[in-house]
Amino acid sequence: MQNKKTGPGLEARGVCFRYGKGAPWVLKDVNIKIGAGERVALTGPSGYGKTTLARILAGYETPVQGEVLWEGRPLPKTGCCPVQMVSQHPERAVNPRWKMEKTLRECWEPDGPFLQKMGIEQAWMKRWPIELSGGELQRFCIARMLGPQTKFLVCDEITTMLDVITQAQIWRVILEEAKSRGMGLLVITHNLALAGKVCDRAVELPKLGRWQGA
Amino acid sequence: MEGQKNKPVLEVEDLCISFEMYGKGLEKYRLEMVHHLSLTVNPGEIVAVVGASGSGKSLLAHAILGILPGNAKVEGRLAFCGQCLDSAAQQKLRGRDIAFIPQSVEYLDPLMKVGKQVLGTGARREKKQRMARWKQVFARYRLEESVAGLYPCQLSGGMARRVLIAGAVMEPVKLVVADEPTPGLSETLAKETMENFRELAAEGCGVLLITHDIDLAFQVAARIAVLYAGSVMEIAPADDFSGDGSALRHPYSKAFLQALPQNGFCPIAGSQPYAGNLPPGCLFAGRCPKRTDACAGKVEMRTLRGGEVRCIYAE
Amino acid sequence: MDKAGDGMATGKKKMGGFWNRRQKTLCSIGFAAAYLLLALLAGLLVSPESYGVDYGAKFLAPCFAHPFGTDEMGRDMFFRSVKGLSNSIGIGVLASAASSVIALAFGVTAAVKGGIADRFVNWCVDLCMGIPHLILLVLISFMMGRGQKGVMAAVALTHWPELTRLVRAEVLQIRSAQYVQASYRMGKTRMWAAWHHMVPQVLPVYLIGVVLLFPHAIMHEAAVTFLGFGFPPEVPAIGVILSESMKHIAAGNWWLAVFPGLLLLLAVMLFDVAGENLKRLWNPNSGNE
Repeated sequence: MQNKKTGPGLEARGVCFRYGKGAPWVLKDVNIKIGAGERVALTGPSGYGKTTLARILAGYETPVQGEVLWEGRPLPKTGCCPVQMVSQHPERAVNPRWKMEKTLRECWEPDGPFLQKMGIEQAWMKRWPIELSGGELQRFCIARMLGPQTKFLVCDEITTMLDVITQAQIWRVILEEAKSRGMGLLVITHNLALAGKVCDRAVELPKLGRWQGA
Repeated sequence: MEGQKNKPVLEVEDLCISFEMYGKGLEKYRLEMVHHLSLTVNPGEIVAVVGASGSGKSLLAHAILGILPGNAKVEGRLAFCGQCLDSAAQQKLRGRDIAFIPQSVEYLDPLMKVGKQVLGTGARREKKQRMARWKQVFARYRLEESVAGLYPCQLSGGMARRVLIAGAVMEPVKLVVADEPTPGLSETLAKETMENFRELAAEGCGVLLITHDIDLAFQVAARIAVLYAGSVMEIAPADDFSGDGSALRHPYSKAFLQALPQNGFCPIAGSQPYAGNLPPGCLFAGRCPKRTDACAGKVEMRTLRGGEVRCIYAE
Repeated sequence: MDKAGDGMATGKKKMGGFWNRRQKTLCSIGFAAAYLLLALLAGLLVSPESYGVDYGAKFLAPCFAHPFGTDEMGRDMFFRSVKGLSNSIGIGVLASAASSVIALAFGVTAAVKGGIADRFVNWCVDLCMGIPHLILLVLISFMMGRGQKGVMAAVALTHWPELTRLVRAEVLQIRSAQYVQASYRMGKTRMWAAWHHMVPQVLPVYLIGVVLLFPHAIMHEAAVTFLGFGFPPEVPAIGVILSESMKHIAAGNWWLAVFPGLLLLLAVMLFDVAGENLKRLWNPNSGNE
């Protein structure tokens, strides 16, 4: 059993990415190493591919060159991925034709105490996504990703669209969960105060790779 | 003209917005999302509206511009510079006297170069004037003329924001409604955007700033209205929002400030009630530390220490 | 802090009053379906004798015995029109079924496979839509040797392009939806995602497409027959009836064209209204109006 803090964790090696042949490179030679239980903030100006990097790290996109490793092995292609991602717009991340109950249980079966910890009320389960606010939806999106197989969570501006109270509520839950199960976090944010509260260290994207003008 | 100067640019009185929705099968019901909202914006003043998502902030903006969907119903009085703002007036005024700054470039036509979109349409004989104005606006927001040849998807975040503002102020507007202009922007860019609004206000324009970034809003706004579950909880001078919020009147506004990362990052429990299932009396009672049985009765807006508050225990 | 379900609801107000759109839509669909079934059944039950030749009753204006009048050979126009409409609807059903199957297969293949398959399907769609529809119908019918077989093949093989585009666009859009991609990352298989995420989304659009295709098929059948490339003259079809009536309209025998034409128009319009209403209802932007 490896030590939680010093495990190899998530690593991107020489990742290059672009959308389609001939398109300009979005990411060029990006290297990043995050320990298994580490919480890292990723900042940087908009338009530098922070979201693209997040999608690659969580396996949504395959890098054109380079590789993404989890615990020294490439991310699994099938089955539930140990690295999961939560995105900025919860209303786009849930099926509008599903009741919340089904959305929540798409991957695993969260129990009552867990839902209470997440601040998800029983009455919300029978509602449609359109009947919940962004903050409430985001709780569902996070809860459904926190199955037992999830070892690392990529948070792409997950509270940018939310008010400060909900923001604080959500981060409190995620931090508790991360600490208790030794889960690592990559937090993409523009809010430096928030990054300081949540993360151990911060990295800036333009410094991670080589850029030929943006 | 002088008479108009003193009149508020925007008056909102007792605004209620409801939606017709279908329940199970064929049953149709009405859902009230905004309840008895009153608000004024004076010339040269920035009024910020803050609140959780789902509290009805954007609906307020859409109601002022008359761009709510077909199943919405608006009650109450809207007035622009003293004249009644009905749907005919909205159609005439929006884009000319009332400008809307949307959340993102997704509101722009993706297949049209931004220069043309900012330029907009106008009578042919005014073309020269419009071009001159366009150059002026581009220079003012530090947009190079080459930016005009780009498509919306090619803009970076900060540039997109400046393009949206530039498009809004092409006409000599009297009222600017900005819907969440800052999320996703770095702190410098967000501050710059706020600075742009301050400049607009300095020229005599009224600005209604809809946001949840209270820390940015209180730096530029004159007054801040706090919305919760479709009701105004408090309208207070922006100075009251500095520090830890002890000058504030309503427990919700206080909780809002204390949840900021730089102010303790300390949330209150619970969540905003759903519009279809609101408690009677004070909407915040379920999460309020000061709640008593009296809170279940009707709670009216009242004036207190230079602001307004909807709480019977505020002091 | 239980806010739900203890009778405190104040925000929801039930609405009474006029019929809302959902009720109207259901009504129009019911009406259209009833009309379709009635015409189809009536057509099957009508015996050929009821519109047999009777030279003693040539060119009778509408009366009690012959509500739609009679033609040059004394045939009862009411029964002929009903039988004709039934034939037309039969063709419409067939064409809708064939076109929808083609469209579904092509649309899904194009969107899921992409690349060459996608380009091939798009090329077929462009080819089909590039030729004026009526000319294409006539060409196919002519190639198949006219008659019943010709008109059936022509109508069935030319109505799929629009629906194919629709299905393709819908599948493409939902395939890149965040919640579908998240579903894959949560370990769901392609089949599971297709069944739970995609089918419920594409089905309504597809069904509306099929309903809206129906009036087109009926109209085109009538048009091809009218031009003489469809049903042979002895089969009672709306197109045949209308083209025959052209010879006698100048002589003042207006009923020969008016009543069969109205029957056709009614059928087409009913389905159009039902389809349009369905479309508005299933569209999330206008669905709550």
